[in-house]
This record gives sequence, C-alpha cells and structure tokens, in this order.
Amino acid sequence: MRLSPDELIFWHHGLIKLNGTIVFTWALMAVLAVGSKLITRNLAMDLKRSPWQNLLEMVVTGIEKQIEDVGLPHPEKYLGFLGTLFLFVAMAALCTVIPGYDPPTASLSTTAALALCVFAAVPIFGIKEQGLGGYLKSYLQPTVIMLPFNIISELSRTLALAVRLFGNMMSGAMIIAILLTITPFLFPIIMTALGLLTGMVQAYIFSILAAVYIAAATRKPKPKPQPEPAPTPGNPATD
Amino acid sequence: MDNMTLIAMASIVTAGITTGIGCMCPALGEGRSVATALTALAQQPDASATITRTLFVGLAMIESTAIYCFVVSMILIFANPFWNQVIKAAGK
Repeated sequence: MRLSPDELIFWHHGLIKLNGTIVFTWALMAVLAVGSKLITRNLAMDLKRSPWQNLLEMVVTGIEKQIEDVGLPHPEKYLGFLGTLFLFVAMAALCTVIPGYDPPTASLSTTAALALCVFAAVPIFGIKEQGLGGYLKSYLQPTVIMLPFNIISELSRTLALAVRLFGNMMSGAMIIAILLTITPFLFPIIMTALGLLTGMVQAYIFSILAAVYIAAATRKPKPKPQPEPAPTPGNPATD
Repeated sequence: MDNMTLIAMASIVTAGITTGIGCMCPALGEGRSVATALTALAQQPDASATITRTLFVGLAMIESTAIYCFVVSMILIFANPFWNQVIKAAGK
C-alpha cells in the first residue's frame, strides 16, 4: 500500500527520479494552462459566446466575489495567486475520478510547497499594501507582549495548512484503498463521491484561509477606540 | 517478549487510541459549532452567507486536529520509525 504518490516511481536514472507526484503535478499544470489558453484564445464580447468561456467567467467572478467577501477590497490584485491555489487544489481533487490517478496533494511535499507559497505571499502583499514599517507594526498588535505569539502563529498556521490538506487528501485515498480490500464493489464508489466533496471543501478552505491571512496582513490598523456604534434601526416588531 | 513484539504492540494499541480519542473530541467540538451556527441561522437568515463561510472555515480548523491524529496513527502503522530501526538492527 502506498502512503503517498511519492512512492510511485515511473522512471529513474541515477539520482534523478520521476515519481508520481511530479508527473501528476505537471500533468495538472499542463491541463490547466493549455485549457485556459485554448479557451481564452478567442473571447467574445457579444451575447454569442462559447460555453467554455461562460464556465471560465463563472469561475473567475465566483473566486473574485469570495475574495471580496473575506475582506480584501480589490480582489483583482490577489486573484492570480489565490485563484491559482484554488484551481490547482480543486483540480487535483476532482481528477481522482480518473482511474490510476493519485492526487499530488496527497504528498506532503506538494502541500508543504503550497503552504510555503502562502507563507511568502502574506508578507509580500502586506508590505506592498502598507509599507515595511506598517507591516512589521502589525506584529506588535495588540501589544508588544504578543510579538512572540504572533511569530509562532505565523509558523504554526503554515504547518497546519500543509498538514491539513495532506491529511485530508491522503486519508481519502487510503480509506478507498482499505475499503477495496474489504467490500470491493459498492462502498468504495460512495467513498469516492464523498472524497470529491471533501476535496472541493478542502480547496475552498485552503484558498479562503490564505485570503484571510493576506487580509489580516494588508488591513490598515484601526484608529484608536471609537465610541460604540449606534444600534442599527431594526424591525421593531422583532425586538 | 522481545523488542519487536513490544514495539509492534505499543504502536498498534497507540494508533487505535490516537484515532479513537482524536475522532471523539473534534466530533464533540464540531457538533457544538454546527448547532450554534444553526441557531444563528434560524435567528438571522439574512446573514446566512457570512455564517456559512465562517462555519466552514471553523470546521476545517477543528477538523485539522482530527487529521493530525489520523496522520500520527498512519505513521505509527505504516511508516513506524522505531519499527524500521529495529528491523535494520536485526538485519545486521
């Protein structure tokens, strides 16, 4: 039984090994890149447009809206990074319906790389948005005493991002493998469908958490304590 | 009992206990959070988008503790470092 697609070796020559993780990652990247290139080759502005363009527009505007809801006012600045994260993780999970395919996100090296991208992107976006001083000052919020805890949280959430995605994808593949040996016919199909759902939820969570971290780093610190906001005029019948 | 039997026994029993406790406690926590979110949804259906998103993120956070337990028990069963070391020492 394989714990991860790292152990599936397609080709090796001396020190160079071509394992399942690399092959499936590059295959996914090729599918995503070539697919979007083909679709965006001739875009239409009028009402007659191809169904693929509609699909891509739905995906992009959906991601944009989600990013905006998290609290990033200009989603187009972050769309490239967060959208790519989401599409890659979601695609890696969706392709598990193809027989013989192992999701590359079931390998700790892939998820660690994705989490390190988030780890690097948070200060980059933060410094771009509020300057080096402003970003460093966010570590001193709310008081100076919290500095070590803020640094620890920065590291631990990166670890959590990596292990969460890895554990979820790996457990999905492993449970199906174990069930195949016990009840070979019907039950693995149900678990595969459940695995698709978990994969989509994990892709959503991964990108939403990255967006939340970036939003926390780019947010301007609030001005000093303001008076309680006046109670919003609600429906008098309900209160 | 020799060393190998002891290591195998301890690993298997610990893996079972890890998964057991690691499933129970996050399940309790997730149940509480879903129940609270449902109450909030029933009171304020307008805020459903925000509540659902926060609930999902929170659930993923809680569930990751269960996943950590699962990963640890998988390591204990399939990639046990102590077991590998004993096997290597016995092979010499």
